[in-house]
Amino acid sequence: MKKTPLCAVHEALGARMVEFGGWYMPVQYSSIIDEHQAVRTKVGLFDLFHMGEFWLNGPTAMKTLQKIVCQDIEALSDRQIAYTPMCRPDGTIIDDLLVYRWSMNKYLLVVNASNIDKDFRWIESQLEGNVKLENRSSTMGLIAIQGPFAQEILQKLTRQNLKAIKYYWFTGGKVKGIECIISRTGYTGEDGFELYFEHEHCEILWKNLMEAGKDYGIKPIGLGARDTLRLEARLMLYGNDIHDSTTPIEANLDWTVKMAKGPFTGSDILKKQKESGVQKTLVGFELDKGPAARHGYTIFKNGKKIGEVTSGTFSPTLQKNIGLGYVTPDLKAIGSTFDIDIRGKMYKATVIPTPFYMRPGQKK
Amino acid sequence: MNPTNCKYTKDHEWARIEGKIAIIGISEFASKQLGDVVFVDVPQVGTELVKGKTLGVVESVKTVSDIFAPLSGKVIERNAALEGEPAKVNEDPFGSGWMIKIELSDPGEVSDLMDVKEYEEHCAHSEH
Repeated sequence: MKKTPLCAVHEALGARMVEFGGWYMPVQYSSIIDEHQAVRTKVGLFDLFHMGEFWLNGPTAMKTLQKIVCQDIEALSDRQIAYTPMCRPDGTIIDDLLVYRWSMNKYLLVVNASNIDKDFRWIESQLEGNVKLENRSSTMGLIAIQGPFAQEILQKLTRQNLKAIKYYWFTGGKVKGIECIISRTGYTGEDGFELYFEHEHCEILWKNLMEAGKDYGIKPIGLGARDTLRLEARLMLYGNDIHDSTTPIEANLDWTVKMAKGPFTGSDILKKQKESGVQKTLVGFELDKGPAARHGYTIFKNGKKIGEVTSGTFSPTLQKNIGLGYVTPDLKAIGSTFDIDIRGKMYKATVIPTPFYMRPGQKK
Repeated sequence: MNPTNCKYTKDHEWARIEGKIAIIGISEFASKQLGDVVFVDVPQVGTELVKGKTLGVVESVKTVSDIFAPLSGKVIERNAALEGEPAKVNEDPFGSGWMIKIELSDPGEVSDLMDVKEYEEHCAHSEH
């Protein structure tokens, strides 16, 4: 089992540690609901050391990316970030990742921890021309600060003008004297930043951020609240909502699929799906009062099995049970209903708009 | 603190026996392991429970966990307050977070349960 350099820090904070995708990780410190509310109303700190980071470098780096991901990387400016699926020729999703354009010929790819090896092998096999792929996952630290006070707190530790960094943009700069990539991104639905840096600085950065946030009520946040936060914001979890046998069109990630850029891996199938429709589509639903629908539960309509729940939880913000699941496309309209088998009993679910939660002032 | 007037199971249920009646819930250890409880499903009044069999479920934000009947008997009351305030299971697991009352069908089963001292030793072994 792999350990983050902050393992001892988490244990000292009283975290309950669990194994997650081969990593020994904090699942919660105080309570999932407490931690969730801290991020929604104040600020929270996440150790995301487990995430994977690759550098792609060379004159044909952009050409390679244009071929392997769905987003239009050529349309990015330097210091801009794209969220994108990466597909196989049959359109199914290998992973979803962030592409950071450092410069025309240099990119940082941030991939899911559980997919590091798979992604590396795939991308390596797709390289064309003069380009080098480097896996920096085990030497790059990642800490996220998320919540309404994130900017104010982080600003105390850096000279970079954080206000000038727009959503899904980044800059290089020092935080408490440590060279970082400072990125206005996150996986919570709140405003916030993610910091990438050399792993030996994990502890000093964590401690300084905790200290700077003390008066704001900063809390360390475990994987439990990370999951409820991202689900409320309808952010995909690879392995649940998207995986080896779903496509971006089925997952309603059409906005990441840029057909206009020209052919790319999987584009033939995705185009066909966009034009002539899909067999299954990912919808958000709420349940009446009662038990929660969980990952893997079966969805029925008129007694016939039609799909599966991919994520489900009690939503601390909405105070009701919410979830995502694949259903037949005839049920995608808001207000459609279906039944979910929860331990042998059927419970009615209703399709509702997603994201389930949007922060005040956020645009769709 | 685990009350001394309760008996315990290895699955972290407790039973407080008053004559032929037992009040049943889950222990503080269990409620802490689960985290924030958001739903409790217990059987209707009149249901016959068999010791060791599932009597219901308790859901936290993260997980679903079975509750096992510590003793056999008929359900005579359920804690209706848990429907609106399941968090009572975290706040007061041995008090207002109780789940059901049953009328024992075999009071002899009580001797199979652990006393507080045995239970605390059991918890010490369960913790990692």
